[in-house]
Amino acid sequence: MKYIDEFRDREKAAVLIKEIEALVSTIPLAKERPLNIMEVCGGHTHSIFRYGIEGMLPKEIDLVHGPGCPVCVLPMGRVDDCVAIAERPEVIFTTFGDAMRVPGSKKSLMQAKADGADIRMVYSPMDALTIARMNPDREIVFFGLGFETTMPSTALTILQAASEGVTNFSVFCNHITIVPTLKAILESPDLHLDGFLGPGHVSMVIGTAPYEFIARFYKKPMVVAGFEPLDVLQSIWMVLKQIKEGRADIENQYARVVPDDGNAAALSAVAEVYELREFFEWRGLGSIDHSGVRLREPYARFDAERRFALPNVTIADPTACQCGEVLKGMIKPWQCKLFGAACTPETPLGALMVSAEGACSAYYQYGSLKAERAGAI
Amino acid sequence: MNIVPMMRPRRLGKVNVPTVTLAHGGGGKAMKDLIDDVFVEAFDNATLAPLEDQARFDLADIAAHGDRLAFTTDSFVVDPLIFPGGDIGKLAVCGTVNDLAVGGARPLYLSCAVIIEEGVTIELLRQIARSMAETRAGQGCQIVTGDTKVVHKGACDKLFITTTGIGVIPDSRVLGAHLARPGDVVLVNGLLGDHGAAILGARGDMALETPIDSDCACLHELIEALLAASPNARTLRDATRGGLATVLNEIAAASEVTIEIDETHTPIREEVKGFCEILGLDPLYLANEGKIVAVVPADEAKAALAAMLAHPLGAGASAIGTVNEGEPGRVTMRTGFGGRRIVDMLVGEQLPRIC
Repeated sequence: MKYIDEFRDREKAAVLIKEIEALVSTIPLAKERPLNIMEVCGGHTHSIFRYGIEGMLPKEIDLVHGPGCPVCVLPMGRVDDCVAIAERPEVIFTTFGDAMRVPGSKKSLMQAKADGADIRMVYSPMDALTIARMNPDREIVFFGLGFETTMPSTALTILQAASEGVTNFSVFCNHITIVPTLKAILESPDLHLDGFLGPGHVSMVIGTAPYEFIARFYKKPMVVAGFEPLDVLQSIWMVLKQIKEGRADIENQYARVVPDDGNAAALSAVAEVYELREFFEWRGLGSIDHSGVRLREPYARFDAERRFALPNVTIADPTACQCGEVLKGMIKPWQCKLFGAACTPETPLGALMVSAEGACSAYYQYGSLKAERAGAI
Repeated sequence: MNIVPMMRPRRLGKVNVPTVTLAHGGGGKAMKDLIDDVFVEAFDNATLAPLEDQARFDLADIAAHGDRLAFTTDSFVVDPLIFPGGDIGKLAVCGTVNDLAVGGARPLYLSCAVIIEEGVTIELLRQIARSMAETRAGQGCQIVTGDTKVVHKGACDKLFITTTGIGVIPDSRVLGAHLARPGDVVLVNGLLGDHGAAILGARGDMALETPIDSDCACLHELIEALLAASPNARTLRDATRGGLATVLNEIAAASEVTIEIDETHTPIREEVKGFCEILGLDPLYLANEGKIVAVVPADEAKAALAAMLAHPLGAGASAIGTVNEGEPGRVTMRTGFGGRRIVDMLVGEQLPRIC
């Protein structure tokens, strides 16, 4: 495939791996302990497993799979709210596919659908708006989910609905924002991270400037990375180079997609439609200040939270879950007490087992030959 | 002895209404007319013609083909009923014929039971029945018995079909998922994932237009050619639901071996790759309806591959991997990128990823 196969080239990969090995051998810290590099985004986690990248890297590099899977970090209470909306007889509830399996305290959307709720998978919020136009006697609710990557498309759909005067469409807004979350992770006293692969798709919208604090205050290198396997390898090399040179900068490997200033049109739609919430609850990480958005007052009529009475109950994560420790790089997924036993992709307890992009689910599903070598699976 | 009695030609009933109603399931004249006009008309063969409550066969005729019967059943509920490259009728014949053929059996007789939602048009039924008849054509395999039921609106999704098949396995043919041995070679007969992509595309939920046709096809002839070239073939499986990955896992588990495939030798159409890229799906798990996985001894692999390549339904055949000693049940893939990953069973169905 054009523009894809070029980024999956085996020979180029072999060259990059050699370069990475050479670079690592010159970093003194790597002789004391593995270098921990966090890929923030679930899309990276997916690529790393799908192409077997972990097994290609020298043993001095440990990849830590970060919080950037919006499906994974959705708390149970919000899923319960989704189910409550979806089960109203007048509602057609529309959602991205991989949110279907996220467990609530009683059931997932998949189970609610089996119980009779009208729940439909869509590929874009615009598809939900189309369903609303075609079903004027029903209430169509779109499950707005994701980081800045998907935030603009939901915003533009709301603006479109407003301009058309559609009255039977609303959004259950669970959009979250990545920067406060990175900050929360960086503030953690037991942090073991040496650098970051920055989220490519989020950055396509917000640009690279919002990450400057990571370099400036926390002195950690970050490279905004693309999702193809060569992108990932090159970005790892760039992070290592910064470590080696004692630098902490925000660099952009994914310049073919990510402009340093972000996407002005998308950002203006986001600013028009949303405002920051005081705090938002994350599965596995707890409540994080200013990490979620809701609809501004002028768009209140499109806000499902205001339109429908919701249970809005906070449900605590299971106490034995160690998702937070995995996210911070303190333990590997398979070192969690629940991994593969009480917590599996069929019956996920922790955030990271929920979606294919969650680190634990990826380990369970694609396995990790690294983990296998450690005798873990 | 021919146990089918000679019968006077019977006048077939005719349906004169445009849609199926509950009356067509009532057991009376309307039902008889529907069966005659749609199914008997299309299937048209001497074993079916008497319309007894059962088809009757001469045991000696069956025994001439081999020493064991193969017996299988499958239900088809595909949505949409008609899709690029096929329809539910063709699928229902191919699916059951293939389930017989991968056991080494020669398919002989099929049944066809249909559950129809009231309101389905007679023309649609005719189209599906004709498609079933055309699919079996030239195979020496006939639809010899059947059943129709009509249910209330909403009690089923337009049309469900169940086909059951009987075939005969020639003497000395032994195939099984538990027979793969280290050193064996894993083959497929062509491009993977076409059916899954065609159906997902045709459903239109994802608003993606795919120029991909289902690979739906009867594979018994291809399998005969393969088995002639590789008489000691160990395992044949059709890679339907769950795709290649699922079948490989089943074989690795049953044979207590590991299987390693090579991504660069695993044939997948560019369009299917692109479709999966956009939706975040893995083509290894997409359904096929005209693809088999064959495990053959290494010394027969070349001949087996050549035999498949020589058949129109094996034009894209490829040796994709090997059977190895190692952790029983483990399937791995050498990625085109140079890495190695585990290919596990899917937990549920594949869901499109958010970003």
